[in-house]
Amino acid sequence: MNQQPIIIVKDLVKKFGSFVANDHLTFKVKRGEIFGFLGANGAGKTTAIRILCGLSFPTSGELSVAGYNVYTQREKIKQNIGYMSQKFSLYDDLTIFENIRFYAAIYGLSKKEIDRRTDILMKKLGLEEAKKKLIRDIPLGWKQKLAFSVAIIHDPKIVFLDEPTGGVDPITRRQFWDMIYEAARNGITVFVTTHYMDEAEYCDRVSIMVDGRIAALDTPVALREKYHAKNMNEVFLQLARAQKTEVL
Amino acid sequence: MKNAVDVQNLSKNYGDTEALKEISFSVGKGELFGFIGPDGAGKTTLFRILATLLLADSGAATVEGYEVVKDYKKIRQIIGYMPGRFSLYQDLTVEENLRFFATIFGTTIEENYELIKEIYSQIEPFKTRKAGQLSGGMKQKLALSCALIHKPEVLFLDEPTTGVDAVSRQEFWEMLKRLKTMGITIVVSTPYMDEAALCDRVALIQDGSIMQISTPYEVVEAYPMGLFSVTSTDIYQLLHDLQKLPQAHSVFAFGQAAHLSYKKENVTASEVIRFLKETGHEDVHVEEIKPTIEDCFMELMQGSEQANERTSGRADK
Repeated sequence: MNQQPIIIVKDLVKKFGSFVANDHLTFKVKRGEIFGFLGANGAGKTTAIRILCGLSFPTSGELSVAGYNVYTQREKIKQNIGYMSQKFSLYDDLTIFENIRFYAAIYGLSKKEIDRRTDILMKKLGLEEAKKKLIRDIPLGWKQKLAFSVAIIHDPKIVFLDEPTGGVDPITRRQFWDMIYEAARNGITVFVTTHYMDEAEYCDRVSIMVDGRIAALDTPVALREKYHAKNMNEVFLQLARAQKTEVL
Repeated sequence: MKNAVDVQNLSKNYGDTEALKEISFSVGKGELFGFIGPDGAGKTTLFRILATLLLADSGAATVEGYEVVKDYKKIRQIIGYMPGRFSLYQDLTVEENLRFFATIFGTTIEENYELIKEIYSQIEPFKTRKAGQLSGGMKQKLALSCALIHKPEVLFLDEPTTGVDAVSRQEFWEMLKRLKTMGITIVVSTPYMDEAALCDRVALIQDGSIMQISTPYEVVEAYPMGLFSVTSTDIYQLLHDLQKLPQAHSVFAFGQAAHLSYKKENVTASEVIRFLKETGHEDVHVEEIKPTIEDCFMELMQGSEQANERTSGRADK
């Protein structure tokens, strides 16, 4: 087991003009861990995720993702990560089958591998009967599960999930977390954002961003103890509310 | 006293998809009424029909006694509607947007300022900023201000808190409570189950059908099962092992605990503890609890036929 952290962030600063979106972020994510990245709207989460995914340059700071440098090896990073969000996931006007093959091809899998993995995935999700259905015609719950499976079809080292469960029904939401656990047990590091505070409890460690900085980072158990809170919702409210009253 | 909203056997299809299946309900004047359900349940379709923006296939609906088809012009004057997607003019400033909506409805910001003061004053410092450049929380406040500026009798808010963080969600609900004290009827939809507790009455909606309508208290009271909250050192293994308990009706993760439902008087806490200890769990705690709205929602989902199909395989995962 390689002990080197899969994500290393040291003094990450990102400015937009005079606005500091990320203000000296420092943290590490361990291999195979489920890392919850929480924060209020506008706290700077999306900015940081875009940088970690190689989509935007930091203003300053030292960062390595999956062993690659975010300034000089962005293409390498993109090949070694998966990404899924509620907004961007699958192509509505392609079928289930076509979406899987499309993503597998984008990630450069060989024809043979594409056939093999598509087959495995259809069986696993029980979608063989429905493979010719257009994405726009399938229920949201299926879409979310399929989008996640597609995001890890190339066995990435890390998968970034940006509010993956927004709006889905409570049973599907829990099935989705089963899939996250499974991916983590197969060695994929999971970096996840959510507004559902019960989901924060399912993470190995959680960071809470407030106003561009990391206000807290620890296991859910340790955070609950530290803030004398019954659950993560209370921890979050304490940290985020303290800041909000100042700004608005 | 007549109702603020009356809906009878309303149906709407999009091709083969049944978005609404003969739903009926009414909302009393001054009530804060919530539609609780996931995306795709039919909430937006319903709100668009009530806001006179979409025609139903069949059924009838009235708002303040006016029929949604025949009297649509009248309804548009007396309702405020906040769609799920941000729909203000991105290239107008905060103040221009508000003035635009006031003018359309033949009023002025000044005339109804008292009504929106508490919400609008929070974004007023940014009134020269373009709406497109506001943060999510500020957009939401501006949209609510615009929906309120003509002093509507009924307010329709379609998923106002979706994608909004826990703090802003709480603030938003506090605002709704205050609007309610001003006598405005509020119909609001949300995918967040915990928000149900803040409504006077809720309709739990799934796949185009209303599964239950009642007060949040009654929803919880009607839960037909017994319920334990169970914890041990290994939550993932715990969820897995509890499925094997013969008396288990359902097992779901709830934050750091597992919720185990069972047919009443079928199993005791000490039996569950013994079972888990035999399975190798340590530090086991089992506590009888009252269900949350989310427990109730999932129980109702499992009861309905279509949900059975969708959630098959739940128990073996």
